[in-house]
Amino acid sequence: MTQKNRLSGGMINRDRPMSFTFDGKMYQGFEGDTLASALLANDVRLMGRSFKYHRPRGPLTAGSEEPNAIVELRGGARQEPNTRATTAELFDGLVAKSQNRWPSLAFDAMAINDKLSSFFAAGFYYKTFMWPAAFWEKVYEPIIRKAAGLGSLSLQDDPDSYDKGFLHCDILVIGAGPAGLMAALTAGRSGAEVILADEDFAMGGRLNAETFSVGDASGRDWAAQTVAELASLPNVRLMSRTTVLGAFDHGTYGALERVSDHMFAPDAGKPRQILWRIYSKRAILAAGATERPIAFEQNDRPGVMLASALRSYANRWAVTPSQRVAVFTNNDDGHRTAQDLHALGVKVSAVVDTRADAPSSTDYEVLKGAVITDTMGRLGLTFAKVRQADGMERTLECGALGVSGGWNPNVHLASHQRGRPVWDADISAFVPSEALPQGMSATGAARGVLSTHGTLESGVSVAKGALKELGIKANATKTPEAEDAPINITPFWHVEGAKRAWLDQQNDVTAKDVKLAHQENFKSVEHLKRYTTLGMATDQGKTSNMGGLAIMAELAGKSIPEVGTTIFRPPYTPTAIGAFAGRSRDEDFRPVRKTPSHTWAEEQGAVFVEVGMWLRAQWFPKPGETHWRQSVDREVLQTRNSVGICDVTTLGKIDVQGADAATFLNKIYCNPFAKVPVGKVRYGLMLREDGIAMDDGTAARFAEDHFVVTTTTANAVSVYRHMEFVRQCLFPDLDVQLISTTEAWAQYSVAGPNARKLLEKVIDPEHDISNEAFPYMACGEISIGGVRGRLFRISFSGELAYEIAVPTRYGDALIRRMVAAGEEFDAVVYGTEALGVMRIEKGHAAGNELNGTTTALNLGMARMVNKKKDSIGSTLSEREGLNTDDALKMVGLKPVDSEKPVPAGAHLMTKGDPADAAHDQGYVTSACYSPNLGHHIALAYLKRGDERVGEVIRLVSPLTGIDHNVEVVSAHFIDPDGERLRV
Amino acid sequence: MSDANATELPAMEPITPLGARAPRVDKHGQVTLTEATDTAIASFASRLGNEAKATKALAKFTGLELPAAGRMTEGKGLCVFWTSPDQWMVTASHDSHEDLAAQMKAAAGDTASVTEQNDAWCRYDLAGSGLDAVFERLCPINMRGREAGDATRTSIDHLGCFVLMSGDEAISVFGPRSSAGSLHHALLTAIRSAH
Repeated sequence: MTQKNRLSGGMINRDRPMSFTFDGKMYQGFEGDTLASALLANDVRLMGRSFKYHRPRGPLTAGSEEPNAIVELRGGARQEPNTRATTAELFDGLVAKSQNRWPSLAFDAMAINDKLSSFFAAGFYYKTFMWPAAFWEKVYEPIIRKAAGLGSLSLQDDPDSYDKGFLHCDILVIGAGPAGLMAALTAGRSGAEVILADEDFAMGGRLNAETFSVGDASGRDWAAQTVAELASLPNVRLMSRTTVLGAFDHGTYGALERVSDHMFAPDAGKPRQILWRIYSKRAILAAGATERPIAFEQNDRPGVMLASALRSYANRWAVTPSQRVAVFTNNDDGHRTAQDLHALGVKVSAVVDTRADAPSSTDYEVLKGAVITDTMGRLGLTFAKVRQADGMERTLECGALGVSGGWNPNVHLASHQRGRPVWDADISAFVPSEALPQGMSATGAARGVLSTHGTLESGVSVAKGALKELGIKANATKTPEAEDAPINITPFWHVEGAKRAWLDQQNDVTAKDVKLAHQENFKSVEHLKRYTTLGMATDQGKTSNMGGLAIMAELAGKSIPEVGTTIFRPPYTPTAIGAFAGRSRDEDFRPVRKTPSHTWAEEQGAVFVEVGMWLRAQWFPKPGETHWRQSVDREVLQTRNSVGICDVTTLGKIDVQGADAATFLNKIYCNPFAKVPVGKVRYGLMLREDGIAMDDGTAARFAEDHFVVTTTTANAVSVYRHMEFVRQCLFPDLDVQLISTTEAWAQYSVAGPNARKLLEKVIDPEHDISNEAFPYMACGEISIGGVRGRLFRISFSGELAYEIAVPTRYGDALIRRMVAAGEEFDAVVYGTEALGVMRIEKGHAAGNELNGTTTALNLGMARMVNKKKDSIGSTLSEREGLNTDDALKMVGLKPVDSEKPVPAGAHLMTKGDPADAAHDQGYVTSACYSPNLGHHIALAYLKRGDERVGEVIRLVSPLTGIDHNVEVVSAHFIDPDGERLRV
Repeated sequence: MSDANATELPAMEPITPLGARAPRVDKHGQVTLTEATDTAIASFASRLGNEAKATKALAKFTGLELPAAGRMTEGKGLCVFWTSPDQWMVTASHDSHEDLAAQMKAAAGDTASVTEQNDAWCRYDLAGSGLDAVFERLCPINMRGREAGDATRTSIDHLGCFVLMSGDEAISVFGPRSSAGSLHHALLTAIRSAH
């Protein structure tokens, strides 16, 4: 028979039946069901196995606090482990599997752990897997990992996408139960911008699970009416299926909206979930409360659940786990479960109340001053044993047992910024302290106000308070009438004498484990948590922490507030990592920057390399070239023999203007800039304040008050930031303005003996670029095919070279034009590898040499640090430690055996010395094969390197097995006198 | 200036930020996303001690009231938006104002620093209803609190952008030109996600 446990009523849509499978078996449920309610309707109580002992478990709760009914949802790449059946919204075609069992849920071979439980008490791992130490990683950990754990990952890429979003509001209301609805209504009617978020798919909170009336309507109908009114208000945003998962600084909250989890698959283009960042001026925490269980012997059998959950299943989902139920309580609220289920025609075996003065009932038996001492039933509850007040024992037949130990306000978000909750003796529970996150106030059950009337009233008053603080006049909102029963509770945490009374059902922590922790001196709550794993599972101890604290308090002879709680941290409920990543994954992990010649380079089949976010052509393979070195060698040789073109747009360009522009650059660069003539470029070295070299580049002077500074690609942003800092904070009295123009201009290097000839064909003829008119280090404005451009006669390769720039939109046209113009010269376009080879051949420093530890002295540029002026880093570059006799100096290296490589990262040792750190003489920074010289070359830092030219030295790299001799040479392998630059 | 080499060499034809000859237009539901290429841009920064003169010169040049922080003004084919104290960006049609920076510099003289920004940026225009839902997925701007004329510097998918609110159903985004493809992808993804 299908859905044999379905009752009448409920908030399910019987006109929309839905099919789903659990462990391969097909079942039916209805729209509005959760997976747990639909399974219970089908008389399935067993939904999972516990973490450690593989004990059979069913749902303990009907909400997000669920420790037991943890399943794998969906299949294939969408398989998601450790999902709570109690919150999984049913949809047609849902596939769910139980986890942590083999071969089946009903017969789990690993349940042998349960028989061996005396060996697996808290601290078992720490004591057992101690020796031998080497076994931990290879033997013990894999075994433990295999035996423990819950669900499994698909190990496939997540096919779904996740959005991140940003919302703003005057008042964020967290939770749409009676208090939250009333707060949102009060604020919404007053015109405030309100966001009302609730983790459930149906707003209303406990009103949907209770039979109380609110005003003239049932609580459920009142909630629906209120939601409808809120939905009609343009200033209110209703967000169901949205969990506010963390309270962050300055009224900022994280919230996860499950957009598509209730569907078979997300609609095309739609995300599975959205992680919202909500900026609120005020926040109202109306997160409700969580019922807590009482620990007793064998209290984890499927069918034993919270009394409120039993009530929720019956009232909201029209389901009872069994046709015969019992209740175990220490407070009046537990009796409501018996009343509601009795009214629905479910047989109530008895209400077992720990209090001698418990209320009576004419509908069912109430056993006052009694406790449950044991339960029976292999895969689900069949009987419960009761010890009556008079000491007599009896057995109750029941397939479900509702347990109520009182209610814990959900103080989590109130405590995310280290606020510690305080003890409220009236309800025997922790409530939020006064030290709430900025702008937050708590209301309703989350604040410890547990009657329906109290929560409604509390919602109104807290909203009025927030409105007043925001200067918004509150419209009068009347609190509807509702039950206002006092809270009658006598704290009762666990039944004495129990051997296996479960506190944390997901992590299999018993009352006995807490005692053991105390015995072994793990008495602080934080130690208790780590030693026993109490509260460390996916539910973070929402139903278990209080029980553990209470037992620890008893053992320590302290009160519960003296023991205190562990720290509450976000997220409130488990959150997919994908949601935190958002769209920033795979190829969208970060933006891509493309050079102006990108399309052209793609057409040539260029091989690209990521340089920061830029994609740069690394080399351009030609037909027949099978190894990258062939391409790179060709590009280098063709450039040095004739002419080569390279896209250098990625170099940072900073426009520097103002009356004090030259004075400013004189501060920024260590070498002089005050007297650079208009129409000239100068090479400059920037130091950090501490005297270490920061970046190098050029500054071209276009006018008395206008420079264009170039930086290295890697440091474009950091140099600009540094210059802004200097401008705004160090020299605010200088008239200078900065702006980046890196993206505005497409810039190409044209280098080689035929560079001028090529450019003369490209540049409009009215511009004279002869050596006389446009000498080395000149700059000026030109035009190309009528398009405005800039020309700089600077060289990174050591050849006769120019950099030519046009507005970026013409960059594609310019490279096509230059390639066409260069055909007669056998011009080549080269990539970053050839660029690197040529700068090493020329002995130019780059990022490898400007590595954040080196000074101008190390670079061989000590004389550039001009002492006739003050510049940033100049003074601190004089520090003694940076100016020792054996300071590292940049040198060139070539192998003694010309076949041998000179790899970067290798270290240098004086011949005859041992190869160890104490005798280290320096290291190789940049290395390449020089096609011009026919052997490998390198740049290196070597102690006293400038005095050691000609010395044969030992090159050692134990990591790569390198140990051979190299000769120290000048770093300028090609054209050391710079004649080629000036022709 | 003439293109004397035009007969033998490829002409200097511009391409769009997305790398094509013609601007791209995407439509999804009620929203149209257009790559707006006819945009000249120049940055304007008042020089130290010349703020009043510079501001006056720019107001005169544009014929517009200069906007306060976080705002823009539009009119006479020009748009001015605030970027920093005493600093603005000015945009105009590229077809008619390719030399916008030079014109502004001539108007301001030594009272301001003007820098051509024509091709430093790509610009996308979004038009249609439901733009709030799109931008809520893109950047931290308070979309419900926005007003026409807001101009906000923000971050979209790690890219520093300006978002200009021309009206309820018209928003322009200026982003770094080299990342035009990434920004376009982000905008289109958000449109498809929201609608």
